[in-house]
Amino acid sequence: MREGLRFVLVLTLITALSGLVLATTERCTRVPIAEQHARQQRKALRAVLPAVDNTPKDDSVTLTDASGKEGSPQKTTYYRGRQQGRIVGVAFQIVAENGYGGPIRMMVGVAPDGSLLGVAILHQSETPGLGNRIEEPSFRRQFIGKGLSGYRWSVRKDGGDFDQLSGATISSRAVVAGLAEGLKKYRDHAKAILSSSGAKP
Amino acid sequence: MKLADTFTRGLWSNNAIFKLVLGMCPTLAVTTTAQNGLGMGLATTSVLLCSNMAISALRHLIPAKVRIPAFIVIIATFVSVAQLVMEAYAFELYQALGIFIPLIVVNCLILGRAEAFASRQPLLQSAADGAGMGLGFTLALVMLGAIRELLGSGQVFGMPVPGLNTHPMLLMILPPGAFLALGFLLAAINGLKNRE
Repeated sequence: MREGLRFVLVLTLITALSGLVLATTERCTRVPIAEQHARQQRKALRAVLPAVDNTPKDDSVTLTDASGKEGSPQKTTYYRGRQQGRIVGVAFQIVAENGYGGPIRMMVGVAPDGSLLGVAILHQSETPGLGNRIEEPSFRRQFIGKGLSGYRWSVRKDGGDFDQLSGATISSRAVVAGLAEGLKKYRDHAKAILSSSGAKP
Repeated sequence: MKLADTFTRGLWSNNAIFKLVLGMCPTLAVTTTAQNGLGMGLATTSVLLCSNMAISALRHLIPAKVRIPAFIVIIATFVSVAQLVMEAYAFELYQALGIFIPLIVVNCLILGRAEAFASRQPLLQSAADGAGMGLGFTLALVMLGAIRELLGSGQVFGMPVPGLNTHPMLLMILPPGAFLALGFLLAAINGLKNRE
């Protein structure tokens, strides 16, 4: 009995100390971590939008996705880039679920007419040397200026209009499918995104 | 035993990878580049150093029967600290290592040193052991990462090596390359030792 009590006391003491250390670290790193994420987002927004004179981060609309996927409805935040008040591009995050090494998170920029302005890879765990070449500009460039109409959104191997990376067909497929899904999402919501004046995040 | 001896034992003569062959999961998985090996090695070293010191300091307090849960809580705490610090100050590396940072918790090298060394030795000895073992692990990971990066992508620490970067041996940065590189490295080290 006394031995059992000692076990409880020692483990409680150790977990309490651990909690203290963790809470302190979290407090000290909270601001720098938030800054890192904000910096990554700012960089991605700049990369996929044309020159703008507003702050897209503060000019956004959040809408519920219409896709028929099961589970709780997903939300997407659309950041609007303007020039003299007119919207010149909309940026939002998409996730391509079927990557070779896991989901691929991307930021895309779409022009008001629904063609792609830019693609930035935010996070991927594809095979180094093969799949991770989806990050290379030479691969991403082929999507720029293209919209849903007039193009078959799959890789050439599957009869589409886009080049796959040799040795990385699965990664290329995932990116192409993710972009097409993103463009569809934009098409479905374009009215709401372009008209809604709410500057609320 | 002298502190310096404890340190060099961990660093080379009792090296975690080359002699004990412990902690193979991160060793094989993250060493696609020398840079990743270095990052993973240093993160593991900081956790090992802190956990060894904490466990040594608390060794008279922790009853033998509950030592494993106590060790794991202590190790997990330092891993979370390392993860938060990397996310805040080394974001690129944090993203490159991904899931392998939280998995430092289950690196048997760390629990192994807690059990075999830190729970029986005074504080300074345990610190020397943690630093030596950790840096030895780092050394092995950087060697393995450099070999795989050199052969697999024709670069070292991201810098292209002329002549090798035109037709790199892709296999070396894929999972089988990890086993091949480690196998040849172990054979070379043992071969050199046997000739002495």
